[in-house]
Amino acid sequence: MSDLDLNSNPSDTNKTDVPSFSQKTPEAPAEKAKDYIFTQIDRDLVIATQEGLPIVERPYQVIADQLGISEDEVMFRLEKMKDCGVIRRIAGVPNHYRIGFKANGMTVWNVADDQIKELGRKVGQLPFVSHCYQRPRHQPYWNYNLFAMVHGSERAQVEERAQLVKELLGNACTEHEILYSSKILKKTGLRLAN
Amino acid sequence: MDNIDKQLVNRLQDGFPVTERPFLAIAEEFGLEESDVMQRVQTLLDDGILSRFGPMFQAERLGGGLTLAAMKVAPEDYEKVVEQVNAFPEVAHNYQREHELNMWFVLATETPEGIEDTIQRMEAITGYQVYNMPKQEEFYVGLRFEL
Repeated sequence: MSDLDLNSNPSDTNKTDVPSFSQKTPEAPAEKAKDYIFTQIDRDLVIATQEGLPIVERPYQVIADQLGISEDEVMFRLEKMKDCGVIRRIAGVPNHYRIGFKANGMTVWNVADDQIKELGRKVGQLPFVSHCYQRPRHQPYWNYNLFAMVHGSERAQVEERAQLVKELLGNACTEHEILYSSKILKKTGLRLAN
Repeated sequence: MDNIDKQLVNRLQDGFPVTERPFLAIAEEFGLEESDVMQRVQTLLDDGILSRFGPMFQAERLGGGLTLAAMKVAPEDYEKVVEQVNAFPEVAHNYQREHELNMWFVLATETPEGIEDTIQRMEAITGYQVYNMPKQEEFYVGLRFEL
């Protein structure tokens, strides 16, 4: 796998303790099988784990006890949901503010419709882009159809990186903006109702 | 946060084992005691270094609805509208952003139709228009932060 780490950029090398990105592999690509039969037990399993796993020696046993099924079944179903993309991954997610990514810009771009698929994929491959989507415009008020989350240790770095996106989009893009988050107002993650 | 904590955060982003003793598996990789790993993960969560620990679900694959929505809220109403919007259990996260559209949130609903219904109720309660921006195409979702 090629090293896409942007911290090889000259502008970054004089900084210590600047967080970096690892090589890019997308999570659970959208093309994965959609034919998983989601059962009531799976639903219960989602509800039991969506707030997070218990920090105990045998977390899957604790969940199994709650649901009245075996630990093996919990593990089997979690693996199965992972395989088919219902679960993107089972992992720890750092709060990016707390680990040095102070500047997080939602960059939005007005990209020619006939080129957005191709260009969207390219933007998504940039190492500092964590999410990249096509979304509908709300004209005339909102003309942007491509969204890319760009992370950096400070705004100047986000702007530098947005410039790389701009160059990549070229003439296909007529306007763009960077929307910085100034506050997390809520962060609970997705929740199914119990 | 010491060096081991940093390595642990890196390791946990790669995935948590689905085995009977997952903390033990990680402890063995690090040459630590299982109880030490558990204690560290708990502290990372308590301190807010880790915001989540567990399965990340893909709402659409659960048969539900998911969208990004935005509102343009007057400064004098902002605090009140934050409360009103956050009170909806369908709001998964909500960010204040520096823009005319100054409130951006993700809605997740049990059914695809639930999105429109939630937006209508939200507009009625807040008195503000909600701009619905569902994803039409996903080009990339990921990112691992190296500490």
